[in-house]
Amino acid sequence: MTDGPVSGGQVSSGEFAGKVALVTGASGGIGRAAALRFASGGATVVCSDIAEDGGHETVSLIAAGGGTASLVLADVSSESDVESLIDITMHEYGRLDIAFNNAGIGLFGKTIVEHTEDDYDRIMGVNSTGVFLCLKYEIPAMLESGGGCIVNTASKAGLVGDAGLSVYSASKHAVVGMTKTAALEYARKGIRVNCVAPGVIDTDINTPFWQANPGAYEEFSKKPPMGRMGTAEEVAEAVAWLCTDDAAFVHGHAMSVDAGMLAE
Amino acid sequence: MSDFGQKIALVTGAGSGIGRATALVFAREGATVACSDIDTESGEATVRMIEDLGGTASFVRADVSVGADVEAMVQTVVERYGRLDVAHNNAGIGGLGKPIVQHSLSEFERTMAVNTKGVFHGMKYQIPQMLKQGGGAIVNTSSMMGLVGLAGISAYSASKHAVVGLTRSAALEYGSKGVRINCICPGIIRTPINQKYWDEFPEAEKEWLSIEPIGRYGEPEEVAEVVVWMASDEASFMHGHALSVDGGATAQ
Repeated sequence: MTDGPVSGGQVSSGEFAGKVALVTGASGGIGRAAALRFASGGATVVCSDIAEDGGHETVSLIAAGGGTASLVLADVSSESDVESLIDITMHEYGRLDIAFNNAGIGLFGKTIVEHTEDDYDRIMGVNSTGVFLCLKYEIPAMLESGGGCIVNTASKAGLVGDAGLSVYSASKHAVVGMTKTAALEYARKGIRVNCVAPGVIDTDINTPFWQANPGAYEEFSKKPPMGRMGTAEEVAEAVAWLCTDDAAFVHGHAMSVDAGMLAE
Repeated sequence: MSDFGQKIALVTGAGSGIGRATALVFAREGATVACSDIDTESGEATVRMIEDLGGTASFVRADVSVGADVEAMVQTVVERYGRLDVAHNNAGIGGLGKPIVQHSLSEFERTMAVNTKGVFHGMKYQIPQMLKQGGGAIVNTSSMMGLVGLAGISAYSASKHAVVGLTRSAALEYGSKGVRINCICPGIIRTPINQKYWDEFPEAEKEWLSIEPIGRYGEPEEVAEVVVWMASDEASFMHGHALSVDGGATAQ
């Protein structure tokens, strides 16, 4: 454990009070927003990321808001990293109730023919293998904790295709597949498994694409039927809701949070 | 069906099951068929079956999970026949029949490497050749498990969902350039892959029948007819589609 646990000591009530929530990819974007949301709901949040500085910031932001969090560095594409991430969580907090498997990478603007095998391995390694490894090690920890809720980050590109995003799209379709199968396998064992499929969200992961493609930011802003990009916080709200008992019968679902893009 | 007489079709996983059946139907329709498989013996057996029926075919060995193999496979087909009109990226391996927690990382990676990366490699090397000659048609083999889940086959299901993603995205990239790209999503077909699973889990052969509203399992030949039609000019506006050939399994 790199940081903490750091506690602001003020948030002790809320829908997630007494729960331990793990968020991967917590150093920025949707992951950070979800970590903050779980913390404001009273959860103790294990923030994980490969990026140390951003992870520290998220933990500090949670503490500043009165919540409790810690940082565990992990590369989700590494089995030993994921195994020790769960070990540390269980050792430190004794349980795991919520997991948001969100760490992911993108590669924009290459056709399938232009993707190298190395591009393929990297994207699938983080986005698909990463979710596989997280599920593999989280589920036993949750069974030990008496049940739990898992939300994976898929994408609109996990439900339909996108030109220039072939391998990313494949990796996110695979996340949808694992979400469904894991849901079917653990439906009677107290573990709910769902995924979110965000549309165009204004997060840092997109910054290189905006920089490389002048005018793209404005163009993409117009794509969602609502005429704007979503915020990380809007996705985090959907993720948090999926982890509440209000969503007790929502299971094996890929939930679009895309302002209606998939409805077109 | 429109004439495949001048066309060169490549089928991976042609040594058995859906691949062999598809190779035979392509040949019946007049295509010259390059049969590929990782297993030389069964791939060559398919070639002999085609030749015995008066068709034209040859074998090219490839492990589709290896990029260099797939590159060489496409190159060999073009050297032999001068072009590549149709590709059926079909080689795949089956599910493991155990919960996700019991899948090892190497089992997960092997499943993804053959079923997903194999299709990635296939399209990566087939598309440039098709563009060079003005067009072509690709049909990838996904599965009903590329659209829904089934307990016990998480890695397989992930790999087949990913094939749907690759198919849709590649279709969007090359639709206006004359390369049509689709995939098929077979239900439960009486293939050697499933037979092997049933041999290991005999109760599954009975249980899975409840998945099939049509009340029986499909035969490889029934999938093959659909693949060949999707690759034909009759299906000229079918593009980026995941076509279910599943006896109604995903309709429920």
